[in-house]
Amino acid sequence: MIREEVTDGPSARRAVTGAARMLLALKLDGPLLVGLGLIAAYGLVVLYSASGQSLGTVVRQIGHLGMGTAAMLLLAQVNPNFLRRLSPWLYLLGVLLLFVVAAMGVIGKGAQRWLDLGVLRFQPSEIMKLAVPMMCAWYLHERPLPPSPLSLVLLTALIMVPAGLVVIQPDLGTGALIAIGGVLVVVMAGLQASIILGLIALAGIGGWVGWHFLHDYQRQRIFTFMNPQTDPLGAGYHIIQSQIAIGSGGVFGKGWMNGSQAQLDYLPESSTDFIFAVIGEEFGMLGLFILLLLYAFVVGRAIYLSTQTQDTYARLLAGSLALTFFVYVFINAGMVSGLLPVVGVPLPLISYGGTSMVTLLAGFGILMAMYSHRKLVGS
Amino acid sequence: MRGVRIKDHWKEQRLFEQRALFASAVGAILLLLLAGRLVLLQVVRYEYYSQQSQYNRVRIEPIPAARGLLLDRNGEMLAGGQPGYQLELVREEVPDLDATLKGLVGIGLLTSEELPDIRRTVLSRRSFDSVPIRLRMTDEDVGRFAVHRFDFPGVDIKSRQTRWYPNGALAVHALGYVSALSASDLQRVDPAAYAGTSVIGKLGVEAAYEKRLHGTNGYREILVNAEGRSVEKIGSVTPQLRIQAPVSGDNLILGLDLSVQKVAEDALGDHRGAVVALDPSTGDIIALVSKPGFDPTEFARGITRKEYAALANDTDKPLLNRALRGTYPSGSTIKPAIGLVALTDHVITADRKVLCNGTFQLPHSAHVYRADKSEPRGLLDMPEAISRSSDVYFYKLATEMGIDRLDEGLAPFGYGQLTGIDISGEKAGVLPSPAWKRTVFRHPADQVWFPGETVNLGIGQGYLLVTPLQVAHIVGVIAERGKSFRPRLVIGSRSPDGRVSMLPPVEEKPVTGISQEDWTTVINAMIGTTTCNHYCGTASAAFAKSAYTAGGKTGTAQVYTVAQNAKYNAKTVAENLRDHAWFVAFAPAEAPRIAVAVLAENAGFGAGTAAPIARKVLDSYLLGPDGKLKSFAVPTPESRAALEVAPAPSSAQGPAVEPDTSNEPPAGEPPAGSQ
Repeated sequence: MIREEVTDGPSARRAVTGAARMLLALKLDGPLLVGLGLIAAYGLVVLYSASGQSLGTVVRQIGHLGMGTAAMLLLAQVNPNFLRRLSPWLYLLGVLLLFVVAAMGVIGKGAQRWLDLGVLRFQPSEIMKLAVPMMCAWYLHERPLPPSPLSLVLLTALIMVPAGLVVIQPDLGTGALIAIGGVLVVVMAGLQASIILGLIALAGIGGWVGWHFLHDYQRQRIFTFMNPQTDPLGAGYHIIQSQIAIGSGGVFGKGWMNGSQAQLDYLPESSTDFIFAVIGEEFGMLGLFILLLLYAFVVGRAIYLSTQTQDTYARLLAGSLALTFFVYVFINAGMVSGLLPVVGVPLPLISYGGTSMVTLLAGFGILMAMYSHRKLVGS
Repeated sequence: MRGVRIKDHWKEQRLFEQRALFASAVGAILLLLLAGRLVLLQVVRYEYYSQQSQYNRVRIEPIPAARGLLLDRNGEMLAGGQPGYQLELVREEVPDLDATLKGLVGIGLLTSEELPDIRRTVLSRRSFDSVPIRLRMTDEDVGRFAVHRFDFPGVDIKSRQTRWYPNGALAVHALGYVSALSASDLQRVDPAAYAGTSVIGKLGVEAAYEKRLHGTNGYREILVNAEGRSVEKIGSVTPQLRIQAPVSGDNLILGLDLSVQKVAEDALGDHRGAVVALDPSTGDIIALVSKPGFDPTEFARGITRKEYAALANDTDKPLLNRALRGTYPSGSTIKPAIGLVALTDHVITADRKVLCNGTFQLPHSAHVYRADKSEPRGLLDMPEAISRSSDVYFYKLATEMGIDRLDEGLAPFGYGQLTGIDISGEKAGVLPSPAWKRTVFRHPADQVWFPGETVNLGIGQGYLLVTPLQVAHIVGVIAERGKSFRPRLVIGSRSPDGRVSMLPPVEEKPVTGISQEDWTTVINAMIGTTTCNHYCGTASAAFAKSAYTAGGKTGTAQVYTVAQNAKYNAKTVAENLRDHAWFVAFAPAEAPRIAVAVLAENAGFGAGTAAPIARKVLDSYLLGPDGKLKSFAVPTPESRAALEVAPAPSSAQGPAVEPDTSNEPPAGEPPAGSQ
């Protein structure tokens, strides 16, 4: 089971073997861990520059990383069968909390995303990012695949209820991401290609109808995305500035802490949603390609791990988590570089912030548990 | 198998692997797409973006839209723009904000106590916005800054339009005012739309129609060097600079008549009080006075804390809009409405005579309700009781009707209800009822409705409270025999290109169920107030030799309750406890064009103070320069054309400028100015 390593001596081999044994005992996956670690380290270096050389920000982000790693370590130890049995309960709890938040929003007469538990404030929508794919995988686990039409109807409801509750908060971006997490489970379960194509056509029509229900500011985002030049003082400002940042970085970048767009505050939200542009400006196309390759490695490894798991629940959940991670990366990078509209999605493991960091690393913990707890029969 | 599908684990594993492979392929394609985008931005368009990000860069400078004018019904300007100098700061170009602000205090352009506010406002705007930090700059201030200009990078003097009210304090409570955009204002509006805007409407029409008056700001790109100063070009590069022209705000046409407003303000003189005149057939407000007032230009230029404190703490409350927010007992002005309700409910007939001898007592009660010594005595029918304002007649009538019937009948006229005027802040007043008492008072003993309170309501005293606007509206409803229009200040607009569009009047639920005969009885009784026939009405002196017939009603609202067996003596009562004087009127009685309510605080009898004021207002609106009744025809093309011409701001002759015939003259008619 231990991978071959290129080493140059017996002592080095022993050290590597020792580390591999430890990872095995901790139920972790070495390559995936290395990939995640490299991305996070890269992120800290960029964050120091993007935050205007704020060591405090970097230290707090290390704290977030610590919390996320703890969650990952913890979840990696959990037996997948236990996690599977837990799935419907976690899902029900999450939906319940979303209803509570919606009710509080009605009472408080305003946008409501947070649940305040006194000591702890958290967004139930974050739980749903994990609970929805878990629920869908749980539902499909016992059933023959590809899913029957009746199952599809039920799954649609299971996905749309929580996603809808988040959209009305209103948080269109997170709602869409939750739905994507669930849909990916169904797609990986073998949803027929004809249905997928049919749904894409339906989505086109639905989008046309849904347009009429969007808030003005949401429509404005789409308009501005189509042509950012029309509103340089308002909504288009983000996109124009981030494209200038990326474009002016060229192939090699302006150098660490030398990005004028980021350092002179032309680029808004440079530490959070738009940090991708800071990398583009300071480390150039090369820096971005390296980052994208790291992400591609992590996603590839995660998909590989998902194919090595042994039951339907584990496969579907692990596959969905891996692909959702890719979707996050693509949406953020696409938005900052002007391929996609501006939706508030952070760049995974790099953008400053604790909530998404913990959720993402917790997801990888689950993924690793799915892989490392498999029974090694007949190997 | 019987149709039951069995899980085939091996097949499912293959299916998943297929999907995983497919998903990886899609992911790879998306990554390539992304990489392609990056190549486009960072290689193909590198030169373009690199230029844009040079430390010398293009700055986007907002061009504020000209705020819409406020015009009166004849096209006279009520509020406009005037150029002025202000100090502005661009945060991203200031090396140290606090040091810069302190430096400006050092050269006397700011004061240290306003620094926290300015700091907060600057920080609430975006870093590249040019934020006004000092609005009212004298020539001397401008000179002083010019000397130190190079010590303050990122700070500059800008010439901006400030709001100008050519008539000073005139109609300030209707127009409202504008003042500097503050941090709290920015939470209510879209900061992007207000980039470059320095003032925002507060109160009155300026606030209620802020969105339309503001217009849409434009922008231009300018090249700036590292200090933020505008330059011609960067080295040899002259980039393409874009410009988007602003769209001015709408010019609003108000129902106000500047000359009538002036007459009303002069007539009210130094009294605290209010005058509201409106066209009962449309609801258009012709004059709206609340005194004392203040000069709104002070706010537009930038008012100091001290100046504001002086206004806010003045015991005469100049900031209070008495016309909308001042609540007073209606006094006898309620009598015509009560008469109508009583006639409709057949409690009494118009010609039944009631003995009035100056006092009234409820059965089984020792309390004596006294009427004033001027109270008519003898056998009075309803017309005489209204014209001569008999309290005893209405004490008896109210007692006979009972509180429930009174409330039910008075509510449709609008007592205790908002009129729905198009500016905010209006108060509803109170139409008291047993149910109202139960909700307002906590103590059970206070919740009981006493018969004496019904008696008080009969002459508009007690808990009843009305606003001058409400009273004017109600008089209008009576003048129009039940037809009701929502009062409004803005009656139309003139777009920046000169096109006029008028808003249709908003008709409200009419007062129904009253016979034409009863309307005629009460309207004639109100005409009796201003004339002498068999007897003289209470306001006949004020309306002597008038060129038209007016319906009217005097009122005196008690502020101070006279002890039993004591006499009210104006000379011995403190000024602020003296009675308020009311007068309401409409004219010409046969085809009403104007309804007016006058309230003069602590001015004593309505007939003595308030009625002459109303007479002046009616005269100024209804009479032409020859002293004869003007004809009020439907708006002619000429009168519309007059509105479609921008009045020269400084010229006194107003709209008598040659109309611009290019503004779509009505087809088939000669241009308005050609005869």
